[in-house]
Amino acid sequence: MTATIPARLTRAGLVATARILISLRAIDLPPPGAAPRILVANHVSHADFVALWSALPKPHRLRTRPVAGADYWERSAIRRWIAHQVFRAVLIDRDPASRRADPVETVAQVLRGGEDVIFFPEGTRNLTDARLLPLKSGIYHLARAVPEAEIVPAWILNLDRILPKGAFLPVPLNCAVRFGNPIRVETGESREDFLQRLAAAMLALSDTKA
Amino acid sequence: MDRFYSPSAFVFYGLFAFLVLASLVARFLIRSGRVGGPTAQNLADRIRAWWVMIGVLALIFTLGAGAITLFFALCSMAALREFATITHTRRDDHDGLAIAFYLILPLQYLLVYFEVPVFAALLIPVYSFLLLPVVTVFKGEVQGFLTRVSETQWGLMVCVYCVSHIPAILTLDIPFYRYSAFTLVAWLILVVQASDVLQYVWGKSIGRHLLAPRVSPSKTVEGLAGGMLSATALGMALTPITPFLWWEAGLIALTVTGFGTLGGLIMSAIKRDRGVKDWGTLVQGHGGILDRLDSLVFSAPVFLHILAWGWM
Repeated sequence: MTATIPARLTRAGLVATARILISLRAIDLPPPGAAPRILVANHVSHADFVALWSALPKPHRLRTRPVAGADYWERSAIRRWIAHQVFRAVLIDRDPASRRADPVETVAQVLRGGEDVIFFPEGTRNLTDARLLPLKSGIYHLARAVPEAEIVPAWILNLDRILPKGAFLPVPLNCAVRFGNPIRVETGESREDFLQRLAAAMLALSDTKA
Repeated sequence: MDRFYSPSAFVFYGLFAFLVLASLVARFLIRSGRVGGPTAQNLADRIRAWWVMIGVLALIFTLGAGAITLFFALCSMAALREFATITHTRRDDHDGLAIAFYLILPLQYLLVYFEVPVFAALLIPVYSFLLLPVVTVFKGEVQGFLTRVSETQWGLMVCVYCVSHIPAILTLDIPFYRYSAFTLVAWLILVVQASDVLQYVWGKSIGRHLLAPRVSPSKTVEGLAGGMLSATALGMALTPITPFLWWEAGLIALTVTGFGTLGGLIMSAIKRDRGVKDWGTLVQGHGGILDRLDSLVFSAPVFLHILAWGWM
């Protein structure tokens, strides 16, 4: 599906704004291989997936789709347009009571189709003082459903200082997305062990300055 | 067409001629294999960045005082961004930082541009110093309070107040001086930046004794002396385009390069303490904008005061 001109302009505008205003850049992005990728990052603001997505090189960016909550992004026409047209988001229903499709399967099909996804394993925005919320099991089930996919841990540096919760005016600080080495679920690895290993890999990236 | 025949225009013609020469020499050194690997890449990056920086400066000098003031306002913005990025400021400092970026910074440059020197001199050292911590006080977070408010104030002093002295030189109308103050801005930037480059060159070629090993692993006594003296000689050679006598030009050049060098050391100490090598990545091969601007930051106010007291 080719993007419409307004959607392309919005994409170009977002990437240019991020590059110019907050000097956004990717640090240590592992060179892409043949395997589809699940980019997992910390989640503190609505701007997170825009930052991660904008930090990727263009060809990589065009085949990367953010996974987001349908309850938030289906709520108004403008949000629907942004989610579907601009970011080609993979919307999943987070409420087990109302959903008709299995969210893991929805995302797995995108990966099997050869596209990459951005996934926030905390499941929701982290509005606490902790650096990382306990990871939800969704990422483990997804990794098991698509064993060929590689999981690339990432940390979005400084975005929580640029736009802290409750603030409406961003301050321009330098922002960067730091990537770690890809990991996979190892044979016989339990869910707890895997989630712990992933959380440690993410937190290890958070110590460095932008 | 005057602006293409002004002394500052000829300074730029000279610089472009020099850049052509430098690019040819660098190409020869890299092609012949005398310089290789990461050093060659860094040399090529640095020269390319100089082309861009001198090109932009030449353009804004052609456009006039408004363009120069706006350019340095943008430099302040980028510099303050680099400074604030590596400070301890946290969520509770967000409002203070927003006021620094969106209110104080533009106001400072408006005061400079519309020639309100008294308020331009007081806004940051007095009023922002007294009032900006108040915004942080009402957030109620006292942990690291002095550190956090001092860092914001330091950022404003270094990145906004000091940098705004460069366009402020343009507002001086020096009696019995044939040329405009543009020439003096060009002279200052040329002498101070030449001192930086020449210190690097002298240091690489004959540098033996480290000046301050714990602060900067590359600055040497020989590099410092050679760079400052040769930049001073350059400043003296340009005496005809200044309102100074030859020995006055020498003393002033020595003073501004001295302050520039000390500024570089102070900024290095801040970087070292915060565990970063460069302030940012804005200027290819050089690091951040503060890595290029640090010496001008500390010399511009002194140069302005010398002119205001001695030649007005």
